[in-house]
Amino acid sequence: MAITKVCGIETEFGIALRGADESNPITTSSLLINAYVARLQRKVGWDFEDESPGRDARGFAREGAMAPEIETHLVNAVLTNGARYYVDHAHPEYSTPECADALELVRFDKAGERILALSVEAASEMLLPGQEIGVYKNNSDRKGNSYGTHENYLIDRAVPFARIAQQVTPHFVTRQIYTGAGKVGSEAPGMSSTEVPFQISQRADFFEEEVGLETTLKRPIVNTRDEPHADPQKYRRFHVIIGDANLAEVSTYLKVGVTSIVLAMIEDNWLTGARDLTLEAPVASLRRISYDLDLAATLVLADGSTMTALEMQWELLDMARKYANDRGLECVGAEVGADVLSRWEHTLTALEVDSMSLSTQLDWVAKRKLVEAYRDRHGLGWNDPKLAALDLQYHDVRQGRSLFARLPMERLVSEESVVEAMTEPPRDTRAYFRGRCLQRWASSIAAANWDSLVFDLGEDPLRRVPMMEPLRGTSAHVDTLFQECETPGELLEALGST
Amino acid sequence: MAEREQKKRQAPTRKEEVVEEAPAQSAQGEKLKEELDELLDEIDEVLETNAEDFVRSYIQKGGE
Repeated sequence: MAITKVCGIETEFGIALRGADESNPITTSSLLINAYVARLQRKVGWDFEDESPGRDARGFAREGAMAPEIETHLVNAVLTNGARYYVDHAHPEYSTPECADALELVRFDKAGERILALSVEAASEMLLPGQEIGVYKNNSDRKGNSYGTHENYLIDRAVPFARIAQQVTPHFVTRQIYTGAGKVGSEAPGMSSTEVPFQISQRADFFEEEVGLETTLKRPIVNTRDEPHADPQKYRRFHVIIGDANLAEVSTYLKVGVTSIVLAMIEDNWLTGARDLTLEAPVASLRRISYDLDLAATLVLADGSTMTALEMQWELLDMARKYANDRGLECVGAEVGADVLSRWEHTLTALEVDSMSLSTQLDWVAKRKLVEAYRDRHGLGWNDPKLAALDLQYHDVRQGRSLFARLPMERLVSEESVVEAMTEPPRDTRAYFRGRCLQRWASSIAAANWDSLVFDLGEDPLRRVPMMEPLRGTSAHVDTLFQECETPGELLEALGST
Repeated sequence: MAEREQKKRQAPTRKEEVVEEAPAQSAQGEKLKEELDELLDEIDEVLETNAEDFVRSYIQKGGE
């Protein structure tokens, strides 16, 4: 039985300071995060001791591939909802806390948008008259520069990485038909707006390899970063860099929910022996699908047969249904798992009949409908900057500016529960322990990381509480402990950490 | 020549119902069109005034 698919999403947001003679995105990002933290809570520094993004899942370490010290001088905060909020490269980045299922992750991903919006509000008070900060949850500046939205899934370390890479690739190439965030035009070299007026994915233009460690150039469909942030003997954190930044909750839900199920099937070796969906040219197929709004393009498989992206997703759904009947879906949350299967089927059916019928569910369809309607009304050409502006403004996190916010999109989580998720941690993972400790004893916490908390009780030495099990430290495990302990000292004593 | 697995799936039953209810559909269509028009009016109001400058000045460093 596959282990629980603990999951999370890291989003790098686009950022622009307008009305200033010159601006530095790192400074602006820092200002944004500091303003938020100053408004809401005491900042706790991030602990880099266990960070090693250069480690490779294929079994070799690349020393200094991406030295963590580059980041250490930048702003870095841990929030009481268990999330990490920091400056990564030249972007503000929000990493959700670890969530136990796709629906919970939708809630914490949406909470991230609200946190960024509140940050803009807080930072605006420190700007000069005439200046403003815009923050965008998208993946490109439309000039060939891309920034990422990464998913993470907990996988049993015993699963051979080669099997994961091979079997998940067909899913990663074709899932964009419901996860794509849509884009006006193309940034691939040599592609004009005549050839690609609108495409399904924000990111398809930027992928060049099938498997690899890189994330900033020669981006691979399957990323091999091996940094578990948990017991490395037992777990792998599968780091997925091919997703788009989604605003539509249904898109996020399907992206995470379906991928969790596919990974569970791979972990349980359910796909071995089933029809081999290996594509002959995954990278080229990725773009082909993204550019084909009719979803009719055929992809060539390694065995010489052909399939459309939709047919491939139907194939995966069929296998998932059999898997669910045989093994159950407890590992993705039984109720959520069953709901994901039914939504997945509904979505594929609707895409097959009339994709535009999903304009209140999926980002790319919502954006396409908006762009086409606006274009028709004003008789604009596809290369008109107004359409590009519309594309960009769709992703604005400021509710007053966001075009997405004006659309009648389906919600899966209540706004009230999203606001709660800005400050309250999820209850079913170790993020609960992290978040609760920060709520109660932030002044005694010297540093925090995904897999540890370091307490400073005013006496030497600092005390580290390891959190190597992502499913320990839940509300069921530690609520009694929190009730019994008045001080962090009592907590450490009760935990036996002396 | 490649073998292609043909899968014919039943169209959702919902579709048939819609076809039968033609008058209701056009009324609903009118309503949808009105809503879209209102939305487009609103977007004309909030869309960044200098679209060209807005788009041109949005330059990001790559991330990840």
